[in-house]
Amino acid sequence: MPGPAGGMRRAAAGAMRAAIVLLAHAITAVRGIFQGIAPEPVQRVYFANHASHGDFVLIWTVLPPRLRQVTRPVAGADYWLASRLRRFIGRELFDAVLIDRNPATRSADPVTEMALALDAGASLIVFPEGTRNMTEAPLLPFKSGLYHLAKARPGVDLVPVWIDNLNRVMPKGGIIPIPLICTVTFGAPLHLEPEEPKQAFVDRAQAALLALSPKHGETA
Amino acid sequence: MTSAHSDLAWLLAGLGLVLVLASAIGFVLERRLSPEGGNAVIENLNARIKAWWVMIALMAVALLAGKTGVTLLFGLCSFAALREFVTLTDTRRGDHWALVVAFFLITPLQYWLVWTGWYGLWSIFIPVYGFLLMPILAAVLGDTERYLVRVAEVQWALMVCVFCISHVPALLWLEIPGYAGRNVLLIAFLVVVVQGSDVMQYVWGKLLGRHRIAPRLSPSKTWEGFLGGALSAMLIGAGLSWLTPFTALQAAGMSLVIVLMGFFGGLVMSAIKRDRKVKDWGHLIAGHGGFIDRLDSVIFSAPIFYHLTRYWWT
Repeated sequence: MPGPAGGMRRAAAGAMRAAIVLLAHAITAVRGIFQGIAPEPVQRVYFANHASHGDFVLIWTVLPPRLRQVTRPVAGADYWLASRLRRFIGRELFDAVLIDRNPATRSADPVTEMALALDAGASLIVFPEGTRNMTEAPLLPFKSGLYHLAKARPGVDLVPVWIDNLNRVMPKGGIIPIPLICTVTFGAPLHLEPEEPKQAFVDRAQAALLALSPKHGETA
Repeated sequence: MTSAHSDLAWLLAGLGLVLVLASAIGFVLERRLSPEGGNAVIENLNARIKAWWVMIALMAVALLAGKTGVTLLFGLCSFAALREFVTLTDTRRGDHWALVVAFFLITPLQYWLVWTGWYGLWSIFIPVYGFLLMPILAAVLGDTERYLVRVAEVQWALMVCVFCISHVPALLWLEIPGYAGRNVLLIAFLVVVVQGSDVMQYVWGKLLGRHRIAPRLSPSKTWEGFLGGALSAMLIGAGLSWLTPFTALQAAGMSLVIVLMGFFGGLVMSAIKRDRKVKDWGHLIAGHGGFIDRLDSVIFSAPIFYHLTRYWWT
């Protein structure tokens, strides 16, 4: 509802977004490494590893402002609608595409919601692990949402994005972030091959993301 | 404008002239050897010269702003250096509170203590109180996995990035008879000699370097570069004795100490980088790498310079 109050809220949200980007720079000196793509205005689905609430802020921070404006995170409605503050952050601040992660209760299909957002011209940030990774393993097994989205909108570039070190900046239970240098590495875009089986695609996407991790060479 | 300020202005004008000259040489080299940006050495040289403009400008502002400005500038350098250092260590979830304390309590407190001029406390704050507090915190939090390594890494990070660097602003509080109000020039002297030595080692090394000193640690450090850089820096130091309470000969001797400590500082920090399999500490200073890449020689020379000056001249 674009009234004067709505305009104020939007201006406030814009100022807060700028402050958050500034803070992310101050704490993490984050650097975007555009390995497989250039930071150009192309519609994309960025899929990233998820270990911290700050993950999409960091991706967002390294994107040029014009790309940032059209890039929306996809997040769990159960979490982001749970309080007024979270609702403000999720909806107004980050304009998230909120999806219901529980198949039993949901009224709207998450893949349809994401496809609609793509049709409206947005780029998306998704976390195919489905939840924050609290384990020592570099990645949790992917959920199949990415596959279904790739099937629904086969033309869109699916770009793997590795976020390094942010889990150490803000580990679970920590309130105060530790300043550490983070990097966000963008890989080459993926597409669903014709006739490619679900598991093969999910494995391929997972491997493409893991290959961007700087520690990958040591652990593998 | 006091005489210290006018001396500083002369020094800055001289540095500005050197930079103009360096930029001109860089421009000519780029036109002749790397018109399409294909020569990595020339590109890196020009990135370094550009970064020097920024660093000298910041330094000038801080020095002209006096005690508070200098303390703030080096406090921020410590923060950035500590961030680079801790990034390369293997911290675990159990270190979270110890690191919060290191970044947000110990670092600001150390610089605040320096700023109050309380030598008796700031000079032992990290080596004694920090030394004992950090392992206590890590133990209380109960994670014993690689305990000794983690504790040692945080100690090193604080000593190198905070304690050692804080000796630079501390020079402003030394009470040297007949030198009152001119201490800011002591910092200018230290920084110019240290960085001049680094630059001249780089220049001599690129021009004449053949024999490597420590091929495993640093492929770019050569005997020719080191000797040429050390002699040049001693000459620079002696030539700047008018800024300091030292005679020309004493200034040359001080410069030698600064150069040796700076050289070995670079070697030690390179050993850590090799250990961690990285080329640079960070990326924030274009062409140079991170803050620690630029400060490694200051880190090792500043405390010794401080204490030699304090012992013999106060």
